[in-house]
Amino acid sequence: MPAVSKGDGMRGLAVFISDIRNCKSKEAEIKRINKELANIRSKFKGDKALDGYSKKKYVCKLLFIFLLGHDIDFGHMEAVNLLSSNKYTEKQIGYLFISVLVNSNSDLIRLINNAIKNDLSSRNPTFMNLALHCIANVGSREMAEAFAADIPRILVAGDTMDSVKQSAALCLLRLNRTSPDLVPMGEWTSRVVHLLNDQHLGVVTAATSLITTLAQKNPEEFKTSVSLAVARLSRIVTSASTDLQDYTYYFVPAPWLSVKLLRLLQCYPPPEDAAIRGRLSECLETILNKAQEPPKSKKVQHSNAKNAVLFEAISLIIHHDSEPTLLVRACNQLGQFLQHRETNLRYLALESMCTLASSEFSHEAVKTHIETVINALKTERDVSVRQRAVDLLYAMCDRSNVQQIVAEMLNYLETADYSIREEIVLKVAILAEKYAVDYTWYVDTILNLIRIAGDYVSEEVWYRVIQIVINRDDVQGYAAKTVFEALQAPACHENLVKVGGYILGEFGNLIAGDPRSSPLVQFNLLHSKFHLCSVPSRALLLSTYIKFINLFPEVKGTIQEVLRSDSQLRNADVELQQRAVEYLRLSCIASTDILATVLEEMPPFPERESSILAKLKRKKGPGMVPDIEEGRKDKNVNGGMEPISTNATTKSTPSPSTDLLSLGSSPALSSAPPSSSAGGLLVDVFTENHAPAAPGVPMGPVADDNFSRFVCKNNGVLFENQLVQIGLKSEFRQNLGRMYIFFGNKTSTQFLNFSSSVICQDSLKTQLSIHIKPADPTVDGGAQLQQILNIECVSDFVEAPVLSIQFRYGGTLQNIAVKLPITLNKFFQPTEMTSQDFFQRWKQLSSPQQEVQKIFKAKHSMDTEVTKAKIIGFGVALLDRVDPNPSNFVGAGVIHTKTTQVGCLLRLEPNTQAQMYRLTLRTSRDTVSQRLCELLSDQF
Amino acid sequence: MMRFLLLFSRQGKLRLQKWFTPLVERERKKVVRDMTLMVLGRPPRSCNFLHWKDLKVVYKRYASLYFCCGLDDKDNELLALEVLHRYVELLDKYFGNVCELDIIFNFEKAYFILDEFLMGGEVQETSKVTVAKSIEASDMLQETMEEYMSKPAF
Repeated sequence: MPAVSKGDGMRGLAVFISDIRNCKSKEAEIKRINKELANIRSKFKGDKALDGYSKKKYVCKLLFIFLLGHDIDFGHMEAVNLLSSNKYTEKQIGYLFISVLVNSNSDLIRLINNAIKNDLSSRNPTFMNLALHCIANVGSREMAEAFAADIPRILVAGDTMDSVKQSAALCLLRLNRTSPDLVPMGEWTSRVVHLLNDQHLGVVTAATSLITTLAQKNPEEFKTSVSLAVARLSRIVTSASTDLQDYTYYFVPAPWLSVKLLRLLQCYPPPEDAAIRGRLSECLETILNKAQEPPKSKKVQHSNAKNAVLFEAISLIIHHDSEPTLLVRACNQLGQFLQHRETNLRYLALESMCTLASSEFSHEAVKTHIETVINALKTERDVSVRQRAVDLLYAMCDRSNVQQIVAEMLNYLETADYSIREEIVLKVAILAEKYAVDYTWYVDTILNLIRIAGDYVSEEVWYRVIQIVINRDDVQGYAAKTVFEALQAPACHENLVKVGGYILGEFGNLIAGDPRSSPLVQFNLLHSKFHLCSVPSRALLLSTYIKFINLFPEVKGTIQEVLRSDSQLRNADVELQQRAVEYLRLSCIASTDILATVLEEMPPFPERESSILAKLKRKKGPGMVPDIEEGRKDKNVNGGMEPISTNATTKSTPSPSTDLLSLGSSPALSSAPPSSSAGGLLVDVFTENHAPAAPGVPMGPVADDNFSRFVCKNNGVLFENQLVQIGLKSEFRQNLGRMYIFFGNKTSTQFLNFSSSVICQDSLKTQLSIHIKPADPTVDGGAQLQQILNIECVSDFVEAPVLSIQFRYGGTLQNIAVKLPITLNKFFQPTEMTSQDFFQRWKQLSSPQQEVQKIFKAKHSMDTEVTKAKIIGFGVALLDRVDPNPSNFVGAGVIHTKTTQVGCLLRLEPNTQAQMYRLTLRTSRDTVSQRLCELLSDQF
Repeated sequence: MMRFLLLFSRQGKLRLQKWFTPLVERERKKVVRDMTLMVLGRPPRSCNFLHWKDLKVVYKRYASLYFCCGLDDKDNELLALEVLHRYVELLDKYFGNVCELDIIFNFEKAYFILDEFLMGGEVQETSKVTVAKSIEASDMLQETMEEYMSKPAF
């Protein structure tokens, strides 16, 4: 029986609960519950009308059974009946049942809404509160539809009781979160903002929560809250600890309200008004000063509440990122906490420093704490604290300390908790790649990673090392040598065998000169691991073997012998068997030339977002890996620094699947590049056949109908008439591009004397260098001819090149000229950055010639998603939540040309009412701003 | 904003669950399972904060009960710890030295007190006096002890 039974204890309920507690087994409990359910059912169905008390008791029992984890499929109606009871306790239980067992049964919802409506208009504050709680607890769309209009009225009405105001504010907040479209604030806005001035601190607290949420979505409308919030905050922090009576918590004045006000201020940039700004700085200084004062109480509640306010103030300082003195003080304060004896504070200090590290101002200051953080990694007893230390090391890493940090992480990995090993592996792999000064160090690091934590090295990690080795010829020989040495270990991880097999298959020839790693030695070494490996790795090794046959004709016999053995040719696994059969056959029938073509070295991988980074983001959830990617990359935007490791910069090329080895699919000689006939490297075809500038070619009118459709996309149909269709497919990377042009003969007759050329007029000749491979002179009826264009952007340009084709069809000479959609924006690399970085850059590019602005009428319907897709297609990174006004779009990117890089920021402000847009481009070069603005403004 | 609040015993028995965002039953069960496993597996005197998916988890043990809540990424952990403490204080004030049994037998009261304090995952009223007053006021609307004793047990 209960120790105390206050108020309306229900005896039957208490008896039932103790019965359940006395059950010795799960079965006995279920039996007792079923008995009770049968009893309740019979009471509900019985002829005798139940009195309110019994109804309440049974509903409460059902609730208890539900909370024990059993399903309840009846009783809802009785609970709804309780809602209209006049007795408070019955109503209360009814509402509790509805809140806990939400049922979207529409009939009931109507009845529930009716009851709520009655209570809301009852003018009885306790009943109103119950009804508001129920709305907030259920929060369904139906309820939002029914009450979204009433609640703001209750909130701002002059005669509403304080407690009801509080409930109404939070109820509105809840509805705004679930169905923002149904809660139009408009007319209420200013009256809601003025609740910040309310006498009652409870009302202010609830209202601040509401305003913060609304301001995040619509900062402009709630801008006036800033000055009120600062004033309120100032009054709190300067008050004596007893002034606020019951809102003082363990000698800390109104900690909840303070924290909420500080959160609200984080929706905005630093106040522009100098007086308000000064007052806020004073508040923040006072909070920082108080941290140094001796505690007013030894209770942990006192220090928690005080530090909660302090941490929130530090968050605001970091958010503003504008007052160097405050930033330094914040950093020092966190530095103190790093060594505090309270584990909680060390944890939070590590966490806050992570955000501080991504600010350009304080990055260096954070770096001074590296030894303390490394020490935390080694000595903290609590794994979650160590994890924060790993996060902080990751955030503070840059080229100057990468070797130390990666070494420490590798060290830690050997003893780390299993639960966080995979994440550390990903982080090491990302840092090693991103900040590698020397790629031999990178290769060593990744091989070390596989050695220490092979089981936690996911496919993405070893795929990535192969991508990098293949894309950088300066490290290939070293990689081959290193994997060869690593494979000498008697027991090596299967992931190492995979990396080793792949790299030796590609670059084994680079070390074959040394008799200690002759082709045969290499082969024997790999083959000694073969039988210990899983099927996918064996499949990979078979591909390595066929590549060896091409690289080293002298081991052909040995390898054919192996392929021919029963264990390969008759392998039970169909994939292995097929590879063995096909490779063996290929090696027997193909001439050396064909073999060399089929088994050619892998072409460089297209640059794309590191799949490891993508994986880490997936693992941590979006928004949890912002630091190195967004925070400090902005240096590139000004074109000042050339990124050393372009591999890690994000690029939204539609990437092929990450399964770079296509294991498990058909054998397909996975390593033979699909476009090998096209010449592999982008640059190695530049020596071929310079397209003639062809000044003498007669040119008709130049078609450009579809030109603008290609500004934000790369593929599609460029031109079509009765005879021919011209399709395009193109890809761009940095200042290089490749365009595939498809000429489709729509007739059934052959085109003769087919020729095509690309013409660059005037200055374009020096700005853009385009190489075209000659095409076949005939195109059969119904056939398609493909031609490849290699493009290099030398400097920024305005005009577009013209594609001119000629052919003879049925005796007449046809001339077609089409503008080729090679536009400046194709050479964008997107750049992610945070809001504060963006606006800081924005301000720096404020001279009149750097900005180009255009206001224009919308040509298409103003759809947010379409606009987003267009901006991304334009090539810049679409920066989410950067602009304080969520309906605006901002983007950032870098234009790559051979001679220079130009950082670009853009902002598009739609005005749906006027059906207009304002587009602003800011770049460091006026011609670029001008051209990009022309191109993009044409798209909406 | 707080996403959920759970009270569970050292044996992992759930004593109270409050969800401030809609979740289907299956997801709720998963959250409860993960929270109990994670929190009960922590050695004593560890720090009170964890990360779980994209949420911050704050927990604290009071006698035989664990109080555990999930917060949004931007929320203040230390203050959440004091939300838990304030709730314990409120329970304490109402029950007088609250224990796990009080919450088991008067679970509906525990929910009512929580509702007075938090709403929609935000703090509604931080003043202990005000909350306690409104709970007492609602008790005044209820029956006397004699009425209670004369009620049928079934």
